[in-house]
Amino acid sequence: MEAFNLIQPASESAIWDNLLAFWRFEDMNVLWVLIGSILLGMSASVIGAFAFLRKRSLIGDALAHSALPGVMMAFLLFQTRDPLIMFLGAMTSSFIGFFLIDWLPKNTKIKPDAALAITLSFFFALGLMLLSYIQGLNIENKSGLDKILFGQAAAMTQDDIRLLGYVSVIILFTVGLFFQKLRLIAFNRGYAQTLGVSVKFYELLLALLIVMSVVVGLQLVGVVLMAAVLLTPIAAARFWSNELSHILILSSVLGALSAIISTQISYLAPAMPTGPWMVVSLSILFLLSLLFAPKKGLIKRYLEHKLLRQKVAEENILRTLYKLLERNQIDQKDFNQADIQSLRSVATEHLQKTLKHLCKKQLIESSARGFRMTEKGFELASLLTRRHRLWENYLNEHAELTPEQVHKQAERIEHILTESQEQQLQEELGNANFDPHGNQIPNQLKTQHRDGGKT
Amino acid sequence: MLTQGFFADFGMNDIWILATASLVAASTAMIGVFLILRRQALIGDAISHSVLLGIVLAFLITDSRSLPVMLGGAVIIGLLTAWLSDTLHRVGKLQSDASIGIIFTLFFALGVILVSLYAGQIDLDQECVLYGEIAFVPFDTIYLGGLENGVEMGPRAFWGIGVVFLIVLVSIVVGFKRLETISFHPNLAVSLGINVVFWHYFLMTLVSMTTVASFDAVGAILVVALLVIPASSAYLLAKSLKAMLFIAVAYSQASVIIGYSVAYQLDSSISASIAVSAGILLFATIILLQINKKRQTYQIPCLIFIVKHQSYILDQRVYHSSE
Repeated sequence: MEAFNLIQPASESAIWDNLLAFWRFEDMNVLWVLIGSILLGMSASVIGAFAFLRKRSLIGDALAHSALPGVMMAFLLFQTRDPLIMFLGAMTSSFIGFFLIDWLPKNTKIKPDAALAITLSFFFALGLMLLSYIQGLNIENKSGLDKILFGQAAAMTQDDIRLLGYVSVIILFTVGLFFQKLRLIAFNRGYAQTLGVSVKFYELLLALLIVMSVVVGLQLVGVVLMAAVLLTPIAAARFWSNELSHILILSSVLGALSAIISTQISYLAPAMPTGPWMVVSLSILFLLSLLFAPKKGLIKRYLEHKLLRQKVAEENILRTLYKLLERNQIDQKDFNQADIQSLRSVATEHLQKTLKHLCKKQLIESSARGFRMTEKGFELASLLTRRHRLWENYLNEHAELTPEQVHKQAERIEHILTESQEQQLQEELGNANFDPHGNQIPNQLKTQHRDGGKT
Repeated sequence: MLTQGFFADFGMNDIWILATASLVAASTAMIGVFLILRRQALIGDAISHSVLLGIVLAFLITDSRSLPVMLGGAVIIGLLTAWLSDTLHRVGKLQSDASIGIIFTLFFALGVILVSLYAGQIDLDQECVLYGEIAFVPFDTIYLGGLENGVEMGPRAFWGIGVVFLIVLVSIVVGFKRLETISFHPNLAVSLGINVVFWHYFLMTLVSMTTVASFDAVGAILVVALLVIPASSAYLLAKSLKAMLFIAVAYSQASVIIGYSVAYQLDSSISASIAVSAGILLFATIILLQINKKRQTYQIPCLIFIVKHQSYILDQRVYHSSE
C-alpha cells in the first residue's frame, strides 16, 4: 500500500490550509491515521494503567525496546514488510524480554530495576545492530525500517492502520471483559489468589495485552517513547479520581487527545516524528492535571493545607484566650497581645494576622483595652477546650501516658475531633469533670450543636 | 583467515576508534558499578536519554560545540532530571519509577523535536542520537595551536572522553571510602554525617558527564547498556567494591574488543555490537553461574542418596557380577 502524500508547508497560510484540509478529511488516509492513533492512545493508556497499578510503570519502556530485534529478525528472515509478520516478530522478542525481566531477579542477584535496564539496553542494541546490518545488505524495501525508532504517522500504510485498529479494539474489549478480575489482581494480588482466581493466567493475559499494545504502537510513537504513552495518561488521570473505572476512562480520553494533537502536527510538518509530539502533549496534560486537578492537584492541596494551618492558628489563639479567661477569675475579659504571647509562643506578625482573621469572623472583638471573645467565640473556645481535655483524659486512662505527654497529643487532635467522637469520649469516660492537669472540663453548651460541625 | 584480514586493515583510525571506545566503556563501567549498587540503574537510563536535550539546548544557546559547553549543558539537564524525578515522586506522590519515566520521556521527546526542527543547523540527527557514530570519530580531529599550522592531536571525541575518564577515576579514588559507605550502608552513611544528598547528585553529575562525552561515540541509548551491563556482570562475581570496579572494567574492555571484531565481520554498527557483546558476556556469566549452582545443589543430595542406598547398590553390583 502506498503511504499517503503530504504537502510540505511553506508559510503560515499554508499551515492553516493544511489544518483545514486535515479536518475536512479530504484525504481519506488522514481519517484512518487519526482513528488509528486515537484507538492506540486509548488502548495503550488503559492497559498502561494496569501496569502502573502493578507498580511496573516502566515495563512498557523495556518491552518496546525489546520489540526492535524481533522486527529486524522478521524482516531478515522473510524479507517482507507485511505488518502481520512484523507484528508477530515484535511480539516474540517482546515476550522474551518480558520473561527475562521476570527471570533475572528471581534467579540471580540482579535487582529488578537493573534487570529492566539490562533487558532494555541489550535488546535495543541487538535491534540496532541488526538494523545496521540490514542497511548494509542489498535487500529491497529496507528503507523506512528505522521509522519505528521514533514513529511516523505519515509513513504508515493502510494495512498498518488496519492492524493497529484491530489490535486496539481487541485490547479494549478484553480489558472490558475481564475488568473485575484485572482490578482485583491489580489492587490485591494475594486476596485474588485466596479467592481461587487464576492469577497466573490473568497476569499472562495482561502481559500479552501490554506487549500487543506496545508492539502495535511502535510505528506511530516509536520504540524509544512508547513508555510514555502507557505511563503518562494514567499518572495524570490518577490526580482526578480514586475510582478505577473513572481513572481508566479519563486516561483513555487523555491518550486520545494527545493522539489527535500529534497526528495533526505530523500532518502539518511531515519531517516531524509523531512520537515525541505525542509525549510532549501528554506531558502538558500531565502537568495540568498535577497542578489543577480538583481533588488531588497540587494547587488544591496547597490551598487546603494553608486553610488548615490558618484554622489551627485561629483555634489555638481562641484556646489561649479561654485559658487566660480561666486564670483571671476576676472581671478582666480583655487581653492584649503580650498576654497571649505569655501563654503561647507565637510570632507577633503571625499573631496579628490571626487576630485580624478572628475579628473578621466575629469570634473576637477588638477594643482599646485589647481583645475579647464574642459569645460565638467563647462557645467555640470552650468546645475546643472541652475536646482537648476529654482527649487528655482518654489518653491518660487508656494509653498510660503521663499528663505531660498527653498534652502534645491533645493539642493536635482538638482541631479534628468531630462531635460524634466527642460524644463517644464522653460516654467512655463517664462524667469526669477535670482533666489530668486538674483543670475543669467545660460543659457542653446548648448551642454547641449548631457550631460544632462548622469549626 | 578472517583475523588476518582484520589485522591487515588495522590502521591509525582503528586505533583511535578502539581507544575511544575503550575509554567510554571503562568510564561507564565504573560509574555503572555505583548505579547498580545504589539501585539506580533506571535513573542512569533516564539521564542518558535526557542528556540529548542538554546538548541540543547548549548548542542552540551558545552556538558552539566545545567540550565545556556540552558538558555544562548535559550536567545541568542531568541534574534537573534527577531532581525533578525525585520531586515528582515526593510532591506528586507517584511511584519513583513512574516519575522517572515521565520526566525522561518528556526531555528526550523535546530533544528529538529540537533536533528535527533545527536539523539543518545542528550536525546531530536522529540516527546519531541513537547509535552515535564511532566510525566517524577519527575524522573530527582537534589541532593544537590553530587549524592552519597546528599539530594534529587526534580525534575530538577521544580527548573529550579522556578528560571525563580522568575526572571519574580521580573522583572514585579520592571519594572511595565515602562512596563505599554510601553504596553498601546508606543508613550508616547518614548517621556518620556523610552528606548523602551531595554524593547522590555528585554521582548524577558523573553520569551526565560520561553520557555526554560518550554521546558522539555510542549514542544516548547504548550508553545505558554500557552503564548497566558490565557492572551487573561484575555484581554477580565480585566480593568487594574494589573487585567489582576492576571486574566491571575488565568486562567492558572485553566487550569493546569482541564487539569491534563482530562489527568488522558483519559490517554492523560498532557501538551496537559492543553493547550486544557486553550483553552476551553477561548472559554467559549467568549461565555458567547457574550451572555451577545446579552442580553444587545436586552434589550433596547425590552423596546422601549413595550413602543411603549403599547396600542396595552394592547388592546390585554383586548380582550383576555373579551373572
